[in-house]
Amino acid sequence: MSTALLIDIILWGSVAAVGFIAYRRGRTVMTTSLREGALDFINIVPRIALGVIGSGYIAAVIPQEVITGWLGPNSGWLGVLTAVIAGAATPGGPVVGFSIGAVALRAGGGSPQVLAYVIAWALFAFQRLLLWEIPFMPARFVWFRAAVSVPFPFLAAAIAMAIGKP
Amino acid sequence: MSERPLKSPAPADAAADDEPRPGRARKPVGWSMITIAVLVAVSATLVWRRDGFSGVLEILTHDLTLFGGILPRVLAGCLLGAFIAEILPHEKVSRSLGPDSGLKGLLIGAAFGAILPGGPFTAYPVASALLTVGADFGATIAMVVSWTLIGYGRAVAWELPIMGTDFTLWRIVISLPLPVLAGAFGRFVYVRMYPKGKGS
Repeated sequence: MSTALLIDIILWGSVAAVGFIAYRRGRTVMTTSLREGALDFINIVPRIALGVIGSGYIAAVIPQEVITGWLGPNSGWLGVLTAVIAGAATPGGPVVGFSIGAVALRAGGGSPQVLAYVIAWALFAFQRLLLWEIPFMPARFVWFRAAVSVPFPFLAAAIAMAIGKP
Repeated sequence: MSERPLKSPAPADAAADDEPRPGRARKPVGWSMITIAVLVAVSATLVWRRDGFSGVLEILTHDLTLFGGILPRVLAGCLLGAFIAEILPHEKVSRSLGPDSGLKGLLIGAAFGAILPGGPFTAYPVASALLTVGADFGATIAMVVSWTLIGYGRAVAWELPIMGTDFTLWRIVISLPLPVLAGAFGRFVYVRMYPKGKGS
């Protein structure tokens, strides 16, 4: 898993860089940041434990073939709409979302529909909203952002239909 | 645990050395966690009825391993968000990412989201920090959408291997304009929903 290692290095490197800047700013800045970060961490761990340890069960019971069956190449805009709803409703982490997309492609799903599915999942999968975004951010922002994002999977599908890719 | 409102005006921090700036608000266990807990309980019961106890245990071991691997990154994300909230100068952020920052603010937000390392454990704490130090909804939306659609972390680690190079690259190319558009749309709606300044 060299990519994972690389991402870890970039991540901790960034932490070290901003930490160093905070250290140069003085003791108060340093201790305040460390305390805030630690409190955030303690606050967030139970939620993440629940979500990560639980999402395997949610993924195990959703019927993948039902989702992929709706995304055929002749499904048109109705298929795109279905894809967007399915993307929002898909539980679990990136493995689940992308696997369903890959299965749909291999089973003959249309590219614009699968694209809309992947983008809708990335933008507003309900589980990520509840599990990650709401705990960290003001709820008002989260719902506003999700609502504002709704047109964009459709726009992406329209672009894909227009240029005939991917 | 401090329960102050998120947008509490920050005191001029340099002078208040022994009175550190109030932290971000932390929410108690809310309905979002209860929803997930109920969903997990129902699903686990279904797995148990279908595959028996060994099926439940198998998923549990796998997910515990996953959790152990994620935990250090969550800590890194929380520290990154906290440091950024402390060291970014408020006036500068609100000038370059605030409501009047225009297209440039959206572009900065989108660029920031695209280069941000890590997963949701970094993106959301950092986005929350940006809101705290004066970024507006539009620029923060551009950042979050850019992180989720263009950011390389998830694309490299998961999308490329699972979806294939061709699909992933075209997906990213088609997504390129979306963060700025989403941010602009967000601003457009926001000023109409909350016409009197910051609303809230």
